[in-house]
Amino acid sequence: MELGLWQVWEGGWVSAILRGAAITIALGVASMAFGIVIGVACGLIKWARLFPLTLVVDFYTSIVRGVPELLIIYLLFFSSVEFVAQIAAAFGYEGLAGNGYAFTIAVVAIAAISGAYSTEVVRGALAAIPGGHIEAARALGIPGRRIFRRIIAPQMLRIAVPGMNNVWQTTIKDTALVSVVGLQELMRAAFVGAGSTRHPFIFYLIAAVVYLAITLVSQGGFDWIERLLRPRTRK
Amino acid sequence: MDFELVRLAVPTLAKGLWLTAVLTVASIAIGFNLGLALAVMRLSKNRALSGFAKGYSTVFRGTPLLVQLFLFYYGLGQLSFVRDNPVLWWIVGDGAHCAVMALALNTAAYTSEILRGGLMSIPGGLVEAAQACGMSRLLCFRRITFPLAIRQALPAYGNELVLVVKGTSLASTITVLEITGHAKRLMSQTYAILEIFAIAGVLYLLINLVLITLVRLLEARLTRYLPR
Repeated sequence: MELGLWQVWEGGWVSAILRGAAITIALGVASMAFGIVIGVACGLIKWARLFPLTLVVDFYTSIVRGVPELLIIYLLFFSSVEFVAQIAAAFGYEGLAGNGYAFTIAVVAIAAISGAYSTEVVRGALAAIPGGHIEAARALGIPGRRIFRRIIAPQMLRIAVPGMNNVWQTTIKDTALVSVVGLQELMRAAFVGAGSTRHPFIFYLIAAVVYLAITLVSQGGFDWIERLLRPRTRK
Repeated sequence: MDFELVRLAVPTLAKGLWLTAVLTVASIAIGFNLGLALAVMRLSKNRALSGFAKGYSTVFRGTPLLVQLFLFYYGLGQLSFVRDNPVLWWIVGDGAHCAVMALALNTAAYTSEILRGGLMSIPGGLVEAAQACGMSRLLCFRRITFPLAIRQALPAYGNELVLVVKGTSLASTITVLEITGHAKRLMSQTYAILEIFAIAGVLYLLINLVLITLVRLLEARLTRYLPR
């Protein structure tokens, strides 16, 4: 049975797949970073019930978590294509709509999705902090900002790590969806290789193995962070 | 919003709604049973069985659904023994069948983790009591373990159902025209991107709302002994 392993090696696809994997990781990390910023801001709004803003945040999270990621990616890509082309044309960069632009929109799309899930994680973590801690800090006369920095933030961080691990795993898997609109990440590299060598089985198998390696390594990383943040209690 | 556009888009997307619903129900029906089998295997004392279940769940939860879908649809379709076998080809050769298989195998991995949590939460004394009453292992599972486990697992399983609904949208990448497939086509035909997105999004939210309500009702029924 001809699996095409030789063609993968011979055709220089190994470096294409590795480059794709690097873009996938960069996309995942950038989206996760923005997603955490969105998640902390929206999670705080939801937790503190800041009136008009909670409605906006509720709307955002329920739409993004209820509608397929693929549809959201289509929305952002298709609606931005013309807009960006116009701006680029106005400044005289006709050929700008290349990979850099696709990467930016991809980060926006994946960060919006990851941010909605992070919001729920942060809100849950904040809700898990005992109210007595904040009351005690107030009773000691600690000013509000320092209560956040010394009491709320450290506990929230520790409680939110397992949830953030889940969000990260979903985020790295969601980056594969961006391949359908043409960003040259891991899945797209496998797709192009599968098409031009006519050996789809081996290419998608390699892609699956690389994704699995990424998720398993990051799982180990999160386990390590979790152990690091565990409160040191006297035995 | 343009009225003409709504009249064009709503019937088309409603046609996709039917296919999305069929894909969802078929994947859940197969995936739940597979997931239950995997959860039981995972908790068995046989190292080979539990190891297989653990590996299965690691692989399927560690790779994107899109990769699994393409591996089955394009990858398996390339292999000659799959093409020559009529049963396998019936599954892999058709986009919708292949999507159901990929979704079912994928959700089985997540379902097995959810059900495993439910099964592990059951106090050992209950099982011992059932054995002391002379129940066979199958009867004990059917009357004691499973009903209690499903009660524990139902809220988490509701979330998984929503993920399956969202997963069906990937079938559009292998030529199945469900809601997202039709929506993409309409977006490139009419350029009314936000409007099409809004209609398709409402349809998805509707499906999810129905599913979540059903899960809530089932949960209320299963826990009707609890004081409100």
